[in-house]
Amino acid sequence: MGQLDDYRLMARIRRFEERLTALKDAGEIPGSIHLCNGQEAIPVGACRALRDGDHVTATYRGHGWAIARGVDLTGLFAEMMGRDSALCGGRAASPYLSDPGRWFVGENSIVGAGVPIATGAALTAQRTGSGAVSVVSIGDGAMNQGNVHEALNLAAVLDLPLVLVVENNVYSEMSRISDMVRVRQLAERAAGYGLPGRVVDGNDPDAVAEAVTEAVDRAREGSGPSIVEAMTERLVGHYSGDAQHYRPAGEIAAARQREPLARIRQAADADLAARLDAIDAEVSAEIETAVTAARAVPHPDPATAEEHVYV
Amino acid sequence: MSESLRYIQAVNAALTWALDSRTDTIYFGEDVALPGGPFGATKGLHKRFGSERIFDTPISETGFLGMALGAAMTGLRPIAEIMYADFSFVAMDQIVNQIATIHYSSAGRWKAPLVIRMQQGYSPGACAQHSHSPEAYFAHTAGLRVALPATPDDAYQMLRTAVVSDDPVVVAEARMLYPTRGQVRTDAPVEPVGGARVVRPGTDVTVVAWSRMVSAALDAAGTLAEEGIDVEVVDLRWLNPLDFDTVATSVSRTGRLVVAHEANLTGGFGAEIAARAAAECFTDLRAPIARVAAPDVPMPAAPALQAVVVPEAATVADAVRRTVRA
Ligand SMILES: Cc1ncc(C[n+]2csc(CCOP(=O)(O)OP(=O)(O)O)c2C)c(N)n1
Repeated sequence: MGQLDDYRLMARIRRFEERLTALKDAGEIPGSIHLCNGQEAIPVGACRALRDGDHVTATYRGHGWAIARGVDLTGLFAEMMGRDSALCGGRAASPYLSDPGRWFVGENSIVGAGVPIATGAALTAQRTGSGAVSVVSIGDGAMNQGNVHEALNLAAVLDLPLVLVVENNVYSEMSRISDMVRVRQLAERAAGYGLPGRVVDGNDPDAVAEAVTEAVDRAREGSGPSIVEAMTERLVGHYSGDAQHYRPAGEIAAARQREPLARIRQAADADLAARLDAIDAEVSAEIETAVTAARAVPHPDPATAEEHVYV
Repeated sequence: MSESLRYIQAVNAALTWALDSRTDTIYFGEDVALPGGPFGATKGLHKRFGSERIFDTPISETGFLGMALGAAMTGLRPIAEIMYADFSFVAMDQIVNQIATIHYSSAGRWKAPLVIRMQQGYSPGACAQHSHSPEAYFAHTAGLRVALPATPDDAYQMLRTAVVSDDPVVVAEARMLYPTRGQVRTDAPVEPVGGARVVRPGTDVTVVAWSRMVSAALDAAGTLAEEGIDVEVVDLRWLNPLDFDTVATSVSRTGRLVVAHEANLTGGFGAEIAARAAAECFTDLRAPIARVAAPDVPMPAAPALQAVVVPEAATVADAVRRTVRA
């Protein structure tokens, strides 16, 4: 995949979330949403290392991972609109959606809880000899959950094909990660589990792809888990409606100069800029089509509210 | 003296009172200090009391609830905030095996004077992992006090009571009540732990509710009054200690009982009230006891589904009508 493909996928994620924000403002999305604006290069780079059958587990900030994994845009919009989407029938909404058809184990709105689950997917891969790997993304703050620690140690001693991608966006909700840990980089903790840990530029899809590919190859050949810490920044609030009064003035403006889409734009000559414009237009059209289709999805039938609890 | 405050401001006022009047009180949790709390409950407290008294923790519920216990056992009065009640499940070992048991298991030689403050219940569009109403888990755990304030005044009074209590107290607020406004008696003496309250007298049927369902019950009572049904509403307030006398006295007058909560039906605290009433008010009852609750499903996010899952005033009114006609 080349730069243009990366750009297209990152633009799709960005535009998707911008559209989502507008829908939220218009009252078409009832719950809270957590956007990955600025972090697009991480799922896009990481998913480049994956093939069909590899499982991905994300956080509540997982729209980018879902889209990079090929989850249907109409389904995503419809799910978040509380409609009877083909993904989760309106039951999960933004922070908890999943798609087994795309090996997307899903989002999780309990911080860190996805890591033990992803470890289980890695166990299946190992015991069935499927050759698949399990990639799980968490935020920097999640590294302080006990369940993450337990799962990483388990995965390490069982040599499971697990890749943990830590998306370090500086903040755990409204608190700076530097106030919450004493290590300089979270990847340093990998040594505590006897695992390799790397830090990469999370705003560069190539750097992410290179590091995750190395980790995925290692996992596939039976050499066990790895940790990749991708450094990035959040361009928007923690959740829809976050006034971000805790962020220093100018921080977001500076981050906008470094974010992955702007970076490609800044380095583009006139010819490339024209191609990027064309991609933007195509992506916008694609997103509008998905929104229109999602609006046509009916709301779930209240009579089905008690379905799916038991099998 | 009384002040008109929003529920969330009453929480803030109670915390200010606690930190002001007791130097052994400390407050910690995620985003509570510099950011002022995800819902604004701790706004201004860090500035006023400093990092020694109010501080942010990593996202480590097990760690910081265990820390609260150890600190409480050795001389401090910690108030630990769990952002959404759903996240308390991450720390259930500390709550159930550790915090709740130490006083009893040491034959009273250790005390655990700590408060776990959280908010619970549904809100529009919130998914299953942000909508639990876990009060029955805590009430089921011997050794924990459980408080569910339904009004701004109770948010203030009951939180202060919890802080002063020598027992561990879970204070579970309802997120949906945060914007509600009411008169708060800011100079009232600190109340003892426990005590239900008749919030609306009536003669035909007793509705026992707590937390958000109290206002739903009052709304239902208003509707039913127009139909000639006179509803008495009891706000249970504390699940532990349980003031069953207030319930029994009410039922002895009305002869009918409806229990209303937002949590799932099966094993909900309504079952406890119904069982006690069946045992202790048997001869007073003129109709079967009815329970209003969410059906036994994880909370769906879609409003179309939430509308049939979340009990509201109309659900209570229906149950009352059935009970009165029975
Ligand atoms: C167990 C648990 N505790 C607290 C929360 C509330 N919460 C949601 S997101 C979040 C911050 C997570 O920070 P981080 O892991 O860095 O991810 P980011 O949001 O930055 O992507 C918190 C504290 C939660 N969802 N689950």
